[in-house]
Amino acid sequence: MKDEILLDVQKLSHKFFPARKMEVKAVDEVSFQIRRGEIFGLVGESGSGKSTIAHCIMNIYQPSGGKIIFYTGNCQERRGFFNKKDMAVQEANSIDVCDPKEFRRHRRMLLAKRQIIFQDSSSSLNPRKKIREIIAEPMKIQHIAPVRGSLCAEAEYWLNQAGLDGSVLEQYPSELSGGQRQRVAIARALAMKPELLVADEPIASLDVSVQAQIMNLFLQLQKEHGFSFLFIAHDLLAVKFLCDRVGVLWRGKLVETAPSKELFENPCHPYTKTLAASIPVPHFRLRQEGDVW
Amino acid sequence: MSELLEVKDLSVSFDTPQGEAQAVRDVSFSLKSGEVLAVVGESGCGKSVLCKTVMKLLPPSAKIKSGSILVNGTDIIGYQERDMCKLRGKLFSMVFQDPMASLNPSIPVGKQVAEAVKIHQKGLSKKEIYKRAEELMRLTGIACPEEHMKWYPHQFSGGMRQRTVMAIALAGNPKIVFADEPTTALDVAVQAQILDMFKKLQKKLGMAVVFVTHDLGVAARIADRIAVMYAGKIVETGTAEEIFYDARHPYTLGLLRSLPMYAEPKGELYTIPGMPPSPLSLPKGDAFACRNEYALKIDYEEEPPMFCISDTHYAATWLLDKRAPKLPAPYR
Ligand SMILES: Nc1ncnc2c1ncn2[C@@H]1O[C@H](COP(=O)(O)OP(=O)(O)OP(=O)(O)O)[C@@H](O)[C@H]1O
Ligand SMILES: Nc1ncnc2c1ncn2[C@@H]1O[C@H](COP(=O)(O)OP(=O)(O)OP(=O)(O)O)[C@@H](O)[C@H]1O
Ligand SMILES: [Mg+2]
Ligand SMILES: [Mg+2]
Repeated sequence: MKDEILLDVQKLSHKFFPARKMEVKAVDEVSFQIRRGEIFGLVGESGSGKSTIAHCIMNIYQPSGGKIIFYTGNCQERRGFFNKKDMAVQEANSIDVCDPKEFRRHRRMLLAKRQIIFQDSSSSLNPRKKIREIIAEPMKIQHIAPVRGSLCAEAEYWLNQAGLDGSVLEQYPSELSGGQRQRVAIARALAMKPELLVADEPIASLDVSVQAQIMNLFLQLQKEHGFSFLFIAHDLLAVKFLCDRVGVLWRGKLVETAPSKELFENPCHPYTKTLAASIPVPHFRLRQEGDVW
Repeated sequence: MSELLEVKDLSVSFDTPQGEAQAVRDVSFSLKSGEVLAVVGESGCGKSVLCKTVMKLLPPSAKIKSGSILVNGTDIIGYQERDMCKLRGKLFSMVFQDPMASLNPSIPVGKQVAEAVKIHQKGLSKKEIYKRAEELMRLTGIACPEEHMKWYPHQFSGGMRQRTVMAIALAGNPKIVFADEPTTALDVAVQAQILDMFKKLQKKLGMAVVFVTHDLGVAARIADRIAVMYAGKIVETGTAEEIFYDARHPYTLGLLRSLPMYAEPKGELYTIPGMPPSPLSLPKGDAFACRNEYALKIDYEEEPPMFCISDTHYAATWLLDKRAPKLPAPYR
């Protein structure tokens, strides 16, 4: 199961033209694979192109080069998503999401199976909608039958999972704290039970205790439902804890990919070496039982 | 040394259709010039509201119920918007938590920084203003500021936006900066850079910083003193050393224990059991009682006062009372 590939990114490149006669190669021939039920970490310094890759995978940017192939599940599972006209398409079980035609054809299915948690997720919540509506809306649009009776119960369940209680259901985003809004965005994405969750710095704005809770939740979902994650982060401790494999991005290029244990113990690329060396070492220690002082 | 800012018994509530939300309760702290105070605490405990209260940037549904805010000895609690405008930027400024929301998406970044410079430093020529803006952007670690000034916020990466917001906050050479999670989107290297920059500035200009963060590692690195907040209250305050090596409040200990550096990869991280109470319905007694495995009977009855551990170290938990039973370390 674990060796089955879900997402295959091949030589992905993306350029921006922020000003006249100026070209920024934000992503440069990046290739990596995410397997089913795997948590793949993407680390790199600020501006190295992590969010750009996430946006390309989610079809928010049209990449200037390369392929992103999404392998859909088996046929039975997919049947519900297609109408008769699309029967022929079922044969093909891989979709190049960079191809606009193919993307349009599979749009609905892709929207349901891939979810993203944005880096600036607070601004991705509609300020005029209540939290209940914000979480229920994508489920409603995708006609996902609520397992827990109603969409509202479903929303509350996922909010609880993200460490919020039901009292926020009737509130508006502006009435919540930064970290509470972030968790609403997490709940909204998880409620869709995606096959692939792209999480762009999902826990950076949360405190350690909630961070721990969310990371435990991610691991649990990975185990129970076989979710795959693209986990973008700059917190190397979190990456080391959570990820099966890690890719290191440096100035738009993927300079190293390795199982996370190996990467941190045996970094190869000089940039990875500096990264691994910069992991904060606990210079304070908790009092242990039996300590005299 | 005299206190630059002194907040006493501050309480702030929001009027909501579900009732009164007590976001900040009886908070007192003080700040000397050139000092860095880190405010740490769980999400939703009132850190941002506390900063916004001092800056008077709260929405109309908020009400300051009691307390005083002394700046150089003058109480500003009754100040109206007109008086506050004169203070903001010059006396204190704020780096907001949500960088995208505090930048205007349709104006080039450099122009936004220049605007801030213009407001605070009258009489500069246009060229000087832009030069100063460029300087500020370089200071906060934006590479090639002369080029990046022309870009729009959406063309910046998350970390660059956060640094821009910081440049804007520093434009008026404020005496106090409220930095609300200014480094969350930054990688370790840049984070260290920014923290060093804060330290430098703070020494050079005698700037005081209230540094809101949830990252205890960051707090350890930058802060002279740390205040731990829980459910709208400051439950423990002390020097950085005292908090890390000699924490007394079970909540602070819980925060220290949940750091991933203490966990096995793919194991289970420690989390403080339960959830913080909603500010709409706070329990009787100590708000932390139901999550505290060492809770005493009295915790459910009465709120603990601040117990003094040393001149600088205080904690509000009944476990420090003389009558409390002795507990094994670290819960002494
Ligand atoms: N719309 C855009 N137009 C022009 N340049 C852009 C655009 N979006 C991003 N860039 C540039 O591409 C580079 C990579 O940006 P990206 O947002 O992917 O970085 P990141 O790795 O996510 O960084 P961070 O950790 O700071 O969020 C940056 O130099 C950024 O300025
Ligand atoms: N406009 C508002 N109306 C009602 N309640 C509010 C409003 N703004 C904040 N609150 C409540 O006040 C409490 C404190 O919010 P605050 O933003 O200060 O949290 P915080 O400590 O900054 O958390 P975070 O780390 O998540 O940013 C929260 O429980 C929030 O729900
Ligand atoms: Mg990013
Ligand atoms: Mg906040």
